[in-house]
Amino acid sequence: MSKTLAEKIWDDHVVRQATGEPDLLFIDLHLLHEVTSPQAFDGLRLSGRAVRHPELTLATEDHNIPTTDLDKPIADPVSRTQVETLRRNAEEFGVRLHPMGDIEQGIVHVVGPQLGLTQPGMTIVCGDSHTSTHGAFGSIAFGIGTSEVEHVLATQTLPQAKPKMMAVEVTGQLSKGATAKDLILALIAQETTGGGQGYIVEYRGEAIRALTMEERMTICNMSIEWGAKAGLIAPDETTFEYIKGRPHAPEGEQWDEAVAYWRSLVTDDGAYFDKVVTLDAAQVTPFVTWGTNPGQGVPLSEAVPSPADFDDPIQREAAESALRYMGLEAGTPMRDIKVDTVFIGSCTNGRISDLRRAAELIKGHKVADGTRVLVVPGSVRVRLQAEEEGLDVVFKDAGAEWRGAGCSMCLGMNPDQLTPGERSASTSNRNFEGRQGKGGRTHLVSPDVAVATGVLGHLASPADLEKAGA
Amino acid sequence: MEKFTQHTGVGAPLRRSNVDTDQIIPAVYLKRVTRTGFEDGLFAAWRSDPEFVLNQDSYRDATVLVAGPDFGTGSSREHAVWALQNYGFKVVISPRFGDIFRGNSGKAGLLAAQVDDKVVAALWDYLEANPGASVSVDLEARTVSAGEGPDRIEDSFTIDDYTRWRLLEGLDDIAITLSHEDDIVAYEGRRLSFKPATL
Repeated sequence: MSKTLAEKIWDDHVVRQATGEPDLLFIDLHLLHEVTSPQAFDGLRLSGRAVRHPELTLATEDHNIPTTDLDKPIADPVSRTQVETLRRNAEEFGVRLHPMGDIEQGIVHVVGPQLGLTQPGMTIVCGDSHTSTHGAFGSIAFGIGTSEVEHVLATQTLPQAKPKMMAVEVTGQLSKGATAKDLILALIAQETTGGGQGYIVEYRGEAIRALTMEERMTICNMSIEWGAKAGLIAPDETTFEYIKGRPHAPEGEQWDEAVAYWRSLVTDDGAYFDKVVTLDAAQVTPFVTWGTNPGQGVPLSEAVPSPADFDDPIQREAAESALRYMGLEAGTPMRDIKVDTVFIGSCTNGRISDLRRAAELIKGHKVADGTRVLVVPGSVRVRLQAEEEGLDVVFKDAGAEWRGAGCSMCLGMNPDQLTPGERSASTSNRNFEGRQGKGGRTHLVSPDVAVATGVLGHLASPADLEKAGA
Repeated sequence: MEKFTQHTGVGAPLRRSNVDTDQIIPAVYLKRVTRTGFEDGLFAAWRSDPEFVLNQDSYRDATVLVAGPDFGTGSSREHAVWALQNYGFKVVISPRFGDIFRGNSGKAGLLAAQVDDKVVAALWDYLEANPGASVSVDLEARTVSAGEGPDRIEDSFTIDDYTRWRLLEGLDDIAITLSHEDDIVAYEGRRLSFKPATL
């Protein structure tokens, strides 16, 4: 019988199947961080259970980690307690941890692929919704809650009802001015925040095949932003090339065996998808959000929409409340929106290729007066690589701040936060009310738009930079 | 986990769609290492507004939250479920839930009852016209109801059979899984040898 890629991976991980019950799936890799794990370890202690497979488990510190004063203890005592709790738990239960100061520390979804732990055909979970990132390698990867974290720690399995299958066919090629981030933002606007609900989504088509691994991670990362259970992309030469030689990549005969298996991980001809949506990559232009959910976006060339544009009363009401919160008037050209802070980083766009691109664009320019630009690498390795290439100097020369690695302003759990009313252009993944700090206003953008915005002081694209001759 | 069969309590109308988990509990409130004490973070930004539904006396002791579609989207934080429970909520009613939130609710014992848009609209109107009125939810019969006489609202809600059974029985998921130890051991024996290890 013909199967989709996701069905093949799913079937390969079924531990037990019974009528009227969800499938019990084996989990190949369980990633942990300090925020969603303490109560899970507590649960293990209370019930006298061990971590069943510490060798399939990896922890890192990311959400609370400050990006300045890295030589000092964490100033916020509550953040510090949470991080120290993870350290104690990792020690007690025999789990490898990459703490602050470790060369492998960083955002959990940057660290996994970087170490070569993320490979095709795996099941990967983490108490973090952006676990969908790892789907870029052709894995089923999804975020779980703390009760499920405890479940995986104790059993290395998860009961899961099989989701429906969706194909996103991305035809054509991205034009020169458009990026993977623009593509996924345009898709979410088209499908809305609930459009992927109940589905594992396979991103397919010419435009997807042409993407680098890091661009594919940007796409899969935001699968959760339109509600999908997981998002994945079939592995190919680009994938194998990226994995080869990384610390945890298979070697020798094991490599050959692995690649042979990975090559089988494609959707068969004639496999059935419950839903198919299409998007023409050639039509995608720089895309930005105007509202308070990731589906409220428009091309940068357009204007803030009016609530009256929406037929659906719920969407209309959501638009009204978003405009109120964002302090925006319908009809304002997106390019006229002035921005206070630019954040370049996160598990969506904090990898080395993102920083290289941003540095290339900002080189020779200065950050606009009254605007601050924060550059936060996704991991210590990314930071060191960038420094070796001199990217830090390029950013600093332009007037941007060069920081340590972590989640940082993506969610403002550490001191990197917006103040009430402050407006950001952010390469992260969520523009929810208060996400980057209480009262903060977020526009989601690509690294390209982030840089141009930082230099011009209002939402802008690299093409605007050229025109301005800034 | 406590058994859940049916519940009747004050209903709070939350006239919003896309109530993401950052709204339910902002990240700065996630730093506790326990499962309790998150009630202060519940809807933290909105609770500074005196007009907010939970700041009104009639709704303050609500145990049934009636919200618009796409409730609990975004972050996987189970703290959102704990914050609702710590505050006193037993049930959330919405036309559509974020996937992870719905899963977390089932694990933690908060009933996420999915109903038709029309039911939410009717409950909103009823609860606003009758502040402090109760909503009843029967998990065995899968029904939600409120009001009396000709205006009575009664409809079915959706929940998957397995979660319903676990909630009715108050069962611990991990214990159920560990009863399948033989299946897990058999799977471990046939895993592909080249899969990566962290240690």
